[in-house]
Amino acid sequence: MAILNMRQMQKNQSGIIFSVKADGEMGRRIRDMGLVPGAEIKIQRRAPLYDPVALRIMGFTLTLRNSEADFIEVEVQ
Amino acid sequence: MKTIFAMAGNPNSGKTTLFNEITGARQHVGNYPGVTVEKKEGIYINKDRKINIVDLPGTYSLTAYSQEEVVARDFLVNEKPAVVINVIDASNLERNLYLTIQFLEMGIPVCIALNMMDVAKKRGIKIDIEKLSDLLGIPVIPTIARNGNGKYELIRAAQKRAKHGNTPACLEISYGNDIDQTLSKMEAEIRTKQFLTETYPSRWIALKYLENDKQIINLGKRNHPVVSNRLEKMVRRVSDHLKSTMETYPEAEIADHRYGYIKSMIKQGVITHKPDQDRLFISDKIDKVVTHRFLGPLMMFAVIMGLYQFTFTYSEIPVGWFESFFAWLGDTASALLPDGLIQSLIVSGIIDGVGGVLGFVPLIMFMFLGISIIEDSGYLARVAFMLDRVFRIFGLHGNSVMAFIVSGGIAGGCAVPGVMASRTLKSPRERLATLLTVPFMNCGAKLPVFALLVAAFFPENEAGVMFAITLIAWGGALLVARLLRSTVIRGEATPFIMELPPYRFPTFKGLMIHTWEKTWQYIKKAGTVILGISIILWAMMTFPGLSEERANEFESQRNLAKASVSSAILKKSRTEVEETELSKEIRKLKEKLDTIDLAEAEAALKYSIAGRIGTALESISKLAGFDWRTNIALVGGFAAKEVVVSTLGTAYSLGNIDPEETESLADRLKRAPGWSPLVAWSLIIFTIFYAPCFVAVVCISREAGSWKWGIFSMVFNTILAFTLSVAVFQIGSLF
Repeated sequence: MAILNMRQMQKNQSGIIFSVKADGEMGRRIRDMGLVPGAEIKIQRRAPLYDPVALRIMGFTLTLRNSEADFIEVEVQ
Repeated sequence: MKTIFAMAGNPNSGKTTLFNEITGARQHVGNYPGVTVEKKEGIYINKDRKINIVDLPGTYSLTAYSQEEVVARDFLVNEKPAVVINVIDASNLERNLYLTIQFLEMGIPVCIALNMMDVAKKRGIKIDIEKLSDLLGIPVIPTIARNGNGKYELIRAAQKRAKHGNTPACLEISYGNDIDQTLSKMEAEIRTKQFLTETYPSRWIALKYLENDKQIINLGKRNHPVVSNRLEKMVRRVSDHLKSTMETYPEAEIADHRYGYIKSMIKQGVITHKPDQDRLFISDKIDKVVTHRFLGPLMMFAVIMGLYQFTFTYSEIPVGWFESFFAWLGDTASALLPDGLIQSLIVSGIIDGVGGVLGFVPLIMFMFLGISIIEDSGYLARVAFMLDRVFRIFGLHGNSVMAFIVSGGIAGGCAVPGVMASRTLKSPRERLATLLTVPFMNCGAKLPVFALLVAAFFPENEAGVMFAITLIAWGGALLVARLLRSTVIRGEATPFIMELPPYRFPTFKGLMIHTWEKTWQYIKKAGTVILGISIILWAMMTFPGLSEERANEFESQRNLAKASVSSAILKKSRTEVEETELSKEIRKLKEKLDTIDLAEAEAALKYSIAGRIGTALESISKLAGFDWRTNIALVGGFAAKEVVVSTLGTAYSLGNIDPEETESLADRLKRAPGWSPLVAWSLIIFTIFYAPCFVAVVCISREAGSWKWGIFSMVFNTILAFTLSVAVFQIGSLF
């Protein structure tokens, strides 16, 4: 068990969201899409230039930029 | 009283497909006042009952951050629809219910359309519909929007709910101890002071204050500043407490508890079988190739080229029909109407103007059909995903690429459909920056201008120069986008948090409705504003006519020419048809008369308002190397860029030049005094960057939601273009 910043996660690595440290519009958008503490995620792939990142959550695929992933900490196995 | 139902739901939930299925073609598309969000209304007729259905914009939430959400919320509060049909993607229940919970918190009568049951079943998800309905306390109807399954049941259930009449109590969820306590204190305050309670439920107002919702807080401040202050103080207290004890924010706590509420509901047996999350869906398999590091960009290039080919090659035929129809109409009108101002107004002003504009219609139809396929299938989201990193550098968005390409990123596009293609962008600042910079691309109408100049001055290196022109346009557009995003459209990048929807086959009905809507909106515009402007431009190039003295001068020159030949030849010259062999004398006479006519046209053009503007500007435009003839041509280019070529033709007394065949004009320019390769470069730069044609300006104003931006693009672009041209000409002159 370790807590990682989402930016540092590898392809196909999965984990459980530990915290989301963003407020305002960015925080709201992150949470609206289901990225809340306790949610399971798995990194699906990254764009050809390594950014943005695509991840699987609650059965759908979501993309976000690394600069947005920075606000999310994930507990990984 | 007419009954209004609203349809709401997440993007990609199949909401619009269901809306199309229920209302058929009985739709009306407008705009919500003051914003660019589309308002779609439709009518459902069953027996003698008529129901108006409004398709609210797709949203994930009901906060006040995006225009779509504000519009949806205001509609629910102000129009009070009898029932909200909440379309939910059954294969994606948890996230979709997040919006549902927010409707219930607002105390809105809701009926759920549990859509995409087929997809859910295929993925092995089993949903206990009755249980879900019981737990939420609202009707839940399974539907499959693609084939219309369940739509009648849905309407029946919604009607039943609407007849019920009374507003349901607001759903009360626990948001954790700290927030719950503050919430009830705030609620008490709100209720006793009747703070905004005539419009909103009291608990909901308190919740919005806790969520730091700017729209509601500002409304509160205006109406009851004292109460608002007290509420804000309470929020601050709990906010500070949460921050110091748990490092979190009230809005975060509220969202967490909403999701917690949904999760606990689902755990009570709503989903009876959960599939293995790791299972590879078909979409994942496709994405492995389509967004692959090397294959992905290659395929994207192929798809974009394909869209481009499709739009511009296949639309050529119907564009040709439109052109020949308007040419025929113009000829017929010329033949029927007597020579003079009325004929000129109708033929050159109205028919040419509107014809030029309607000539874009097939182009717009093809482009929107192509983009609809790319968008509805889910591929557009992948394009944005792959290109975002590049476009973000310039303050744009991954999706901006479509608008740039269509506008002429590959030489030969058109800024009008390009501007309209920016609709696929959902982030307002990135969208505006895209709208304002796509006109720099080399559209098909600028090409004849470049072709003319390149043929005249750089005949040994045509391809190289054309390629350089394309690079200059791209580089300029991206740099200007960067400039705008750090000045007039300053602001943080809009978060890129976006769903990659599963790949789907677009429905035929959806494509047709989508394409027709956009095309019709464009046609409506052509009939009004654009007609007006084309008449103004015609007048500028026609009035005032030559003074009687000058006209008489040309007339007497003509008479002189006629008098120099015998009356028999003169008589013959009137009756002879051009194609037949003419005698030498007659040919000579005709040539002489033509020269006089052309000289008169040149004089008339110089004398007109446009000509006077051109002449007056000569002292300034000399800095960039342009004389009055070029100036007039550039003024004319505001009508449509290809007019630059034909106006130059008139200004050089060559008559109307066909933009496709410019050899004579190129020849003329090469020999004309005041022209040089340097002037040609200066004019090329100016043509790339100066004011978009007026059709594009009208579209920019419309898409940006204000004439301010249309005017901005004219003024800013022209100043930019002039600055660059002067720089090129002045620096070039040093060598």
